[in-house]
Formats: sequence, C-alpha cells, structure tokens
Amino acid sequence: MLSKKEIFETIDMVEKEHLDVRTVTMGISLIPCIRESAHKTAAACYDRICSYAERIVEVAEDLEKEYGIPIVNKRVSVTPASLLTANFAGEEVVLARKLDEAAKTVGVDFLGGYSALVQKGMTSFERSFIESIPEALATTDRVCSSVNIGSSKAGINLDAAALMGRIVKATAERTRNTDGFGCAKLVVFCNAVEDNPFMAGAFHGVGEAEKVVNVGVSGPGVVHHALKNNPDADIAEIAEIIKKTAFKITRAGQLIATEASRRLGAEFGIVDLSLAPTPVMGDSVAHILEEIGLERVGTHGTTACLALLNDAVKKGGVMASSKVGGLSGAFIPVSEDYGMIEGARCGELTLNKLEAMTAVCSVGIDMVAIPGDTPDSTIAAIIADEAAIGMINNKTTAVRVIPVPDKNVGDFVEFGGLLGRAPVMAVQRASAEKFIRRGGKIPAPIHSNKN
Amino acid sequence: MKAVVTVIGKDKPGIIAAVSALLAENAVNIEDISQTILSGNFTMLMYTDISKSALPLAALGDALKTLGEKIGVSIHVQHEDIFNAMHKI
Repeated sequence: MLSKKEIFETIDMVEKEHLDVRTVTMGISLIPCIRESAHKTAAACYDRICSYAERIVEVAEDLEKEYGIPIVNKRVSVTPASLLTANFAGEEVVLARKLDEAAKTVGVDFLGGYSALVQKGMTSFERSFIESIPEALATTDRVCSSVNIGSSKAGINLDAAALMGRIVKATAERTRNTDGFGCAKLVVFCNAVEDNPFMAGAFHGVGEAEKVVNVGVSGPGVVHHALKNNPDADIAEIAEIIKKTAFKITRAGQLIATEASRRLGAEFGIVDLSLAPTPVMGDSVAHILEEIGLERVGTHGTTACLALLNDAVKKGGVMASSKVGGLSGAFIPVSEDYGMIEGARCGELTLNKLEAMTAVCSVGIDMVAIPGDTPDSTIAAIIADEAAIGMINNKTTAVRVIPVPDKNVGDFVEFGGLLGRAPVMAVQRASAEKFIRRGGKIPAPIHSNKN
Repeated sequence: MKAVVTVIGKDKPGIIAAVSALLAENAVNIEDISQTILSGNFTMLMYTDISKSALPLAALGDALKTLGEKIGVSIHVQHEDIFNAMHKI
C-alpha cells in the first residue's frame, strides 16, 4: 500500500517543483519514402509522418491526465534528411517545407532530422544539403536541423566545421527580423547520438527501428527542492540525494515511455535522463549548482558541482530505467535557464567557463547569444573547440550559438516560450581564421584505435 | 485497476459527499479513505477501484476537475502506477 507521504511527495513535485516529462518524441524512419523526385519524396514523407504520428498528441494528453504528470512537448524525429535528398541536390527545401507541414498536421511543436552526418567526409549531396539549411530554417516554423562534424572514432572534419561557421552566420542573417531565431533550431554536434529525443538536435538514426518512442525526462526544480531540504548535508550526501531524486524522476519517465510506446504501436526506444531547465523560476540547473554552495553560477567551483550533478543524475537514472540513451545528463542552455541568464547577465558566467562546463555535462555551448558581427571563422573555431572536447572525452558535445544581427555584448535578445531570453555574451577577439582556413581533418585520437 | 483521488482546498461542508457522489455515479468503488484538516486546509486521499468505471480515467479526471472548480477545491485522480513507479523498487 502506498503511504500518504509518498502520494503527496509526487503531487508536490508536480504542483510546486515543476516535475514533468519534457518530451515524448517519436522517431520515424523515412528511408522507404525515397522517390525519383523531390516533390514525390516529400509527399511520401508527409504521408508516413502523418500516419505514424497521427495519435501522438492525443496519446500524450491522455497519459498526462491518467498519471497526473505533465508532458510538455510532443515531437517527431526523422531519418537524417540529407540521405533522403541525395538524388535531387538543390531542391532540398521542398522536403523541409513538407516536413514542416507534417509537423503542423500532427500537432507537434518541433520536428527534428533536417540533418547531415559528415564527421569523416562530406559528399557533394551533403554539401548541397548543408547549404540549404539557412533557407530551410528561415522558411519553416517547426523543422530543426543538426550536423555532426566530428566523432571520437573519425576525428574532426575541419572543413565541415568551417562550413558550419558560415551556415550558422547565414542562418542568423536569413532570420534577422527575429533576432537570428533560425539558429535556435540548428545544432552542430560531435558524437551525435541517434536516439536523442530533445530538440533541436533530435534525429532518427539509420541504425534505429522503423517507429520508436523516446522519452526525455526533466526535473531540475525537484532536485533543487530536495537539496534545499538538506542544507547541512556534506558533499557525498548531496550526491546521494540527487541520485535518489533522479531515480524517482526517471521512473516516471520510464512509465510514460512504456505506456506511450504501447499505445502508439511503436518500439520503446530509450529514456533520456536529462535535467532540462526552462526559463521559469524554480526550474533551473544553475540554481541547483548555487544551492550546492556557489554564490553565482560561473564562479570557481561551478565545473566541480556540475560534474557531481551530472554523474549523480546518471547513477540514479540508470537504475530506474531499463533502456537509457540519448544525451542523458544535465543541460546548460543559457537562454532557457533562469539562473544561467542571471549568471551571464552579471558577467560571472562567461563563454570560456561554459566551455569548461561542457567537458563534464551532457551537451555543449547551448543557446548562447553572441555578437552579430562575430566572424564565421570564430564560430567555426568555437565549434572545433567543442568538438575537440567531445572527441577526446568520448562524449557528445554540441554548439548552438545565435550570432544576433546588429546586437552587441550587453544587449538582450528574447526568443520567447521555452527558448527564453539571453544576454549577448562576449567572444574572444583574436582571430582563428588561419587555423580554420587550413581545412582537412583533425585525425581521430589514439584511444579510438580499440579494435 | 486502482487510482488515487486527492482533494486539496479550503474546508467546508459537503466535500466528501460531492466527490463520493460523483464516483458512485460512475461505478468507482472507494476502498480506503483518509482525511485531515491542517490550519483550515482540507486534504483527502481516496484509494479507489476504477475497473468498472463508466468513464475512462482521463474523462473521469476531467469530471472531477470540473466538480473541484464548482466546489472550490483542487481534485486530481491518478493511476496508482505512477506512485508505485516512483516510490517502490
């Protein structure tokens, strides 16, 4: 029998501490939709998405009511689109627009997978595809794009990093009337994962099944609250509290994932054990770090606290779920986290500190606004630095920066909703132009040779 | 199939009567009930059997929510599995 305490603990987590399932994402393989023309392929993709994901919103809403756990986002991820458009280079945007239409028809807020994987080399159709990204993001609302430019096994494709520096900048330009919002839908990865349910980096890998449900949990507010109740705990006890809390959060995600996949007739993919913040007060990863004992996120000690948090979340979560995957860790998107916004605004949290933090948490330089006049090569170099951290440490890293047109350090940019608001942060002034212009590949690290 | 009904709000006469009437109308059996009043705040937990419920669980939740709004308390119904998942290994 359940105790009263347990029942009210769950209810308080939802009502007061922002416990939710952040996303139920259906991964759909679109390989069978490849036809002889762009329009026919796009139409086949549209039909398949609309038929497979037809009930995703309805099922998620039912589950939300039955279990009393809010499910914030319903999403779809698809096969990397560059593989679908290989035969009609130059017409890729036809597919992007149809994917956008499909997302609107089934009622999901984002669709991920306008993606290319070029970590070891780039074909001519992939280059053409990547060139289409700015227009695709500027002329669609819900399509998200990602490009993988490095891996621990393949090294870093510096040519692709250079290209993406230019593409990020071009995307900002093409969406200049919304402060470069297109860049919020574009992620550059190293070691991208094939089953990530979170946007903007979700895509449905070619090694995946036909129709899969992946679930991303959340709950920074719940962890923060648990720590607040134990103000005098020593650091090992802090790790224990986080572990236990992560266990409970993940179990909720596991239950939703099992039921959602059953009702949608899809395979249960993975539960992504991520602490994903939102810009509202009380749902911040930065505030957890501050609760551990930092006056302000970004100060000395931030990396150590984040490492502890990230590891404890994984330890608790792994025991709670039968299938763990995705990115799984703590997210540190600046514009989406109330505490990070404050840290950046008052200058304590810098881009350099964020880079260090990405070495110990799940993703990378995420949702960071930078000056609009940042050179392409500097953005490419930020991408290369992040990719190097991912490559050497065998982990996923990513860059999602927004070079906000006509804005400078100290200005604020509003993205609205879950994407939040961000102060424009300073980048280093010295040039990396020559390094980026060298091109070619950074060889894979020695520890990739495990065979 | 079991579900937990929770009622939280300001105490006044007739809360239990109204909630149990709605459950009875829909063939939901109350198996256990506990209630406390803490500084004027009414808190009630009902452990119910919904296997013969006339309404699917989501619709029952909507009906209870509407009732709660009418009588000025917050009412939730949740499948027991969510609590078992989070609190039992």
